[in-house]
Amino acid sequence: MAGGASTGGSSQSETFAPARYWLLLPSWVTLTILVLAPVSMMMGYSFLTKEFRGGVIWEFSLSAYDQFFFDRGLFGDDPPVLQWTYISIFWRSIWQAGVATLMSLVIGFPTAYFIATRPEKERAIWVFLVTIPYWVNLLIRTVSMKFLLRDQGPLNDLLVGSGLLSEPLTIVNTNFAVQLGLFYSYLPFMVLPIYAAAERYNFALSEAAADLYATRWTVLRRILLPSVKPGIVAGCILVFVPSLGSFLAPDLLGGAKNFMIGSLIEEQFKGNAGNWPFGAAASMILLTLVMVILLISARQQAKGGK
Amino acid sequence: MAMKSYDLRQYPSFKAITIFCLFILYAPLLVVTVYSFNDSVSITNWEGVSLRWYAEVFTGAESEKFKIAARNSFVIALIAASASTVMATFAATAILRGGRFKLRTASFGLISLPLMVPEIVTAVATLIFFNAIGVDRGLITILLAHIAFCIPFAYLPISARMQGIEATYEQAAMDLYATRAKAFTRVLLPLMMPGIISGWLLAFIVSLDDFIITNFVKGAGVETLPTAIFGSVKQGIKPNIMAISTMLLGVSVVMVTLSWLISRRDNNK
Repeated sequence: MAGGASTGGSSQSETFAPARYWLLLPSWVTLTILVLAPVSMMMGYSFLTKEFRGGVIWEFSLSAYDQFFFDRGLFGDDPPVLQWTYISIFWRSIWQAGVATLMSLVIGFPTAYFIATRPEKERAIWVFLVTIPYWVNLLIRTVSMKFLLRDQGPLNDLLVGSGLLSEPLTIVNTNFAVQLGLFYSYLPFMVLPIYAAAERYNFALSEAAADLYATRWTVLRRILLPSVKPGIVAGCILVFVPSLGSFLAPDLLGGAKNFMIGSLIEEQFKGNAGNWPFGAAASMILLTLVMVILLISARQQAKGGK
Repeated sequence: MAMKSYDLRQYPSFKAITIFCLFILYAPLLVVTVYSFNDSVSITNWEGVSLRWYAEVFTGAESEKFKIAARNSFVIALIAASASTVMATFAATAILRGGRFKLRTASFGLISLPLMVPEIVTAVATLIFFNAIGVDRGLITILLAHIAFCIPFAYLPISARMQGIEATYEQAAMDLYATRAKAFTRVLLPLMMPGIISGWLLAFIVSLDDFIITNFVKGAGVETLPTAIFGSVKQGIKPNIMAISTMLLGVSVVMVTLSWLISRRDNNK
């Protein structure tokens, strides 16, 4: 996610200025047709009427959003009552993503800081070690996690075999398994931006504070954490946003009771529920949520830069 | 005071947490790799080392399905990575070497769009789009979707590399009467090669790995490796799936390592 990154270097070379629009044309066309237009079209679909067994009828309707927030009874003519089914799925997704983000921060911050304090030559190798798992197929990583955490899996074998537990722990199909899966999926995203910020941290500040009799932990809290805050914020967004809309971790590790937004949306298009406008509306609500988070953070960062 | 200031940088327990972090990142992958060599029908009991599940992948009952899926995945990844790398290279040249212009920021925003929109939303949108314009879903729709979302992944290493190259090289070439096209192909392109290769490799992995978007835009009966694996895993984790996963994992690790070594060797020069 390079949303906050600058668009270019400090030098403004103009060597290829006359050709710039031609050079950009292929990307423009591809991304406009295959990303921008589809997202706009999805927005349109969320205001259409559903056709049974998938698809839409071209008739304006707010019923998709209405269904999301209100319950009008079996025949649709009762007075609207706020309905919690879908709101609570969104709320659970926010909570699960939040817990996963917190877990990543607790593990990711010390890791990033530790790497930043290694000798310069070693750092690249540490960063590389943290990055590799990210490039391994997310599906395979999630399946591996499930394999490890199973009731009869290696983790439980180890815990029971070593006498730590008398009975295997049930982890799969719990909220915790989903949190663990999300944490595992996006942990490298937390480490990298914090590392980038910590690497630029001026340790003379720590020394100055220590000379003024600050303890090590006071230095951490009062000097180090505020200095690397932009990295922490970036890391939290990079973990939280993909967690929010994730499909694989809740689907494979969570089971039916631990439904998240991703599964709700998928079901509208893949499953038997087949309500396309509702799926489009749920996607729009998710997209809006994400864009608001990104905008707020971009604002904050712009303010911090002044 | 000098001794103390050096110690200040270190916090007790941070090293332990780092090792724990790496342990968490690698443990599930190592466990699956080890168990893929298990000579047992059950995935629970360990019965010695064997390659039987690898043989099963290539010759077993499901081998045909996985062969086709693997071929689809690799062909799509190859074309998507190449197409997106070409587009990303052009776009980076315009954005970083095209001076200041009105649509510069907007272009960069458009290129990063696939990274900002949640994947499931892109998947839904692409499905709706193909359905609305009446295109039959199949390999072509998967390929088109992959080309689009690979562009930012190819763009990032390419633009990072280009930012490190001084514009004086192309300018010198043009001072010596090279045409703009020559300055691009003979001077800028060779200098950017490490970034382009990294970008291509990353785009290739991203395409090879994609599940969510592929799952939405693939037609019935068309499978790539991730969708075939997902379908199989839904009925329980089987040993042959662990063998396939281990091989795919190997491909990703090799490609990322290559990409890393290429960019590193070059930075050390």
